[in-house]
Formats: sequence, structure tokens, C-alpha cells
Amino acid sequence: MEEDLIKITVTDREGVVHELDAPTDMAMNVMEVCKAHELPVEGTCGGMALCASCHVYVNSDHELSEASDDEEDMLDQAFFVEDNSRLGCQIKIKAELEGLKITLAPVGD
Amino acid sequence: MIETDILVVGAGPCGLFTAFEAGLLKLRCHFVDSLPIPGGQCAEIYPKKPIYDIPGFPSVLAGELIDNLMKQIEPFNPGFTLGERAESLEKQEDGAYILTTSRGTKIKAPVIAIAAGLGCFEPRKPPISNIVDFEDKGVDYIIRDPEKYRGQKVVVAGGGDSALDWTIILADIADEVTLVHRRTSFRGALDSVEKVMDLAKAGKINVITEAQVVGLQGDGNLDSVTIKHKKDGESAKKADSFIPLFGLSPKLGPIAEWGLNITKNAIEVDTFDYSTNVPGIYAIGDINTYKGKLKLILCGFHEATLMVQSAFKHIYPDKKLSFKYTTVQGIEGLPAETPAAV
Repeated sequence: MEEDLIKITVTDREGVVHELDAPTDMAMNVMEVCKAHELPVEGTCGGMALCASCHVYVNSDHELSEASDDEEDMLDQAFFVEDNSRLGCQIKIKAELEGLKITLAPVGD
Repeated sequence: MIETDILVVGAGPCGLFTAFEAGLLKLRCHFVDSLPIPGGQCAEIYPKKPIYDIPGFPSVLAGELIDNLMKQIEPFNPGFTLGERAESLEKQEDGAYILTTSRGTKIKAPVIAIAAGLGCFEPRKPPISNIVDFEDKGVDYIIRDPEKYRGQKVVVAGGGDSALDWTIILADIADEVTLVHRRTSFRGALDSVEKVMDLAKAGKINVITEAQVVGLQGDGNLDSVTIKHKKDGESAKKADSFIPLFGLSPKLGPIAEWGLNITKNAIEVDTFDYSTNVPGIYAIGDINTYKGKLKLILCGFHEATLMVQSAFKHIYPDKKLSFKYTTVQGIEGLPAETPAAV
């Protein structure tokens, strides 16, 4: 493995599992990594926690920073929110997240 | 019918700046936007966020940028049709287009500039598999006339201002109002939250928190909803109407049907003049795509500037266009538009 690269596993809405390379030295977040790999994540607001179009479920037990009030407020606009729901844009890629497993949440029409 | 030179679909920053560059060439602009206010995403999604990459502004709030753009284009008196979605486009024999909005407003122009960003903002629909079956049969995403719910059992879902405000209004009209929200706290205005809590305490409404509506049942019309509780499974609730209020999200919408070449929800353009594959129709800003495209406001300003040069030649193929810096003569405004006789 390259030093500044971690692997994260993303299950898309069809159940297909993708193993993605995520650079830790480019200030990227999970939403951006998904978009860079052309997975169907909108990221409408560009990562400001101002929309809910990068809603994901975190399936691994990595320790993540707690969701901010802004993030919780935006999750109110998402659907099928679970205890492990997060906005992908608020999960910053860092070395500790090696092996992170997420699932893309369903989107409405 | 309104007549103009350039009909701009979308009143976000790039659309608005088009009216400035067009005005320098004495071309009139008219805007159509589905939102009730100008500014697009800057006004709807992030008015209070600072933007740091507008040349000449070390930092400017998105809302301020829109205010400044509105001031900048004021001398050119552009027209606005707001709160109406650009719906259909018909080419006329003279080569011009007539655009019809969702409310039937008709606007005629020889040039259409699509500056629609991510598309038009529409209510977010919950991904409940059979929800479309109940649209207009009990499921409403927008409340047009609260009287419709008189005597009904209504379930409202959401935790923001619109969910709170409508719950308060419907409390006096509907037979029974139930507000379902996934958390115990609400993100709406404090006094609305208090009012809702008071109504719940007084037994006038039901507030079910830490819960989400996950299913709809009914034979033809909606009869009940399934509510999934975070703590103790699912329950059914009788409902004549279900009103999910989860904010707005942008959709490309009717533009997709205008015969334009589209890749991944973006309109393909020629970077020479940001023209589309249809003569007289241009696309600028976040809505377009080309090799090397960056979705930045500053790039959209550039695109708008080059686009109006081409638009001028499209409208006046025989006229010569002389380029002048604004520093030479300042700017000369245009009179307010007068609606053409129908």
C-alpha cells in the first residue's frame, strides 16, 4: 500500500461493492472520493453540509468525529436515517479510516 | 407575451451577470426561475457562506454577491418571472423561441441562455417505493390550499420550518394532525418549535419523534401510513393525507426534453461561445459541460461574457460589434421592458 492512500469499501444502491483508493493527503472527504470514482453520489452543495445528497451508512466501527448540529439538521432532510447515518462530506479521509465500510443510502426521486 | 433579446433560464450568479454583459451590447434580458427569489443556490442553499474565490473579493457572502450582482445589472432593467419553472420551448418560424412556464407565462426571445445550475429546485420525495401511486391521492409535497385538509387525518413528516409551520396551521383545520420527526429536537425557528410543543401538550396535535414514515397503504386513496420507531418497531396510523416536507433538491427537469445534447445531467457546449447543439440556445455556468469544465462562479462569469458576444451575432448577423471597455464611457442603461401587445 502506498503511504498516503487508504482503502475504503463502498456498497452502492444496487448492492455492488466497490473498493476505492482514497488519498489521505488531499483534504478529501468520503463524498468526494465517491464522486471521483463516479459513484452515484450527488454532493449538491459541494460539501458544506447544506444538502443531504451524500447520506451514507457507516458499517464498520471506525471512530468518527461526532456529527455537528449542521450535519444533524441536514440529516433531517434525508430519508431512512439510521443510527449509523452520516453525511459523506463530513467524513474526512485520514489514515485511521483504513478499511472504512459504508453503504450509500437510498435517494428519493 | 413578454418579448426580450436573451431569455435567461435561471437567476443564479452566472445568469444575473449575463444581464450586465448583454446590457453593454444593448441586449435586453429576461429571467425565469423556479425559486421565488433571484440568486439560485447562493440564495437558496448557502446565502450566509463566505466565498473566497471571486476575483477582487477576498471574501464575500453568497447572499451579498447576489445583492451586488442585482445592483450591478439594475441599470439594464432586466425582467423577472420568478416562482415559475421553465417548462416548454417552441421554435417559431422567425427563428425565435417562445418559452412557456409552469404557470403559463409566455416569453419570446431569439436567444435562450440556460444558466440553470443544477436544475430547478423541487420538493424532495421520500424513497417509499409506492409513493408515486398516492401522489394527488393523499400524498402532497407542497401545500397549496390548507382548506383541502379540513376534517382530515393528516400526517406531516419533517423537522424544519415548513413542517412546523404547516403543523401549526393545520392544527386548526384538520381533524387530526400528527407530526413525525426522526429526532427529538427540531431545527426550525424557536417560537415555532415552542408552539408545536404547546399544541402537543394541549392534546391538539400528536408529535411522534424518533420515528420515520416508511410505508404507505391504501386501496386507491391513502388510508394509513407505517411509522417506524427508533425504539420499538413499527406502527400503523390512519391517514387521509401524508405531507412529507424534506426541503428542496435540484432536478434537471423539463430542460432535458429540449433536444439538447446532455451528458450526466449537464448540457454539452462548444467552448468557443458556449452554444449548444441547437442554434440560438446557449448554456452557461454549472449546467454546462465541456473538456476541462470547472463548476466555479468565476468560470460562469467568463462563459456568460463570451456567450453574449455570440448571441449578439445570432440576433444581428449583419451588425458589426465593437468592443468597448466599461472604463471608456461607463455604462449606459436600458429602459424598463414594456410588455409587447399580445
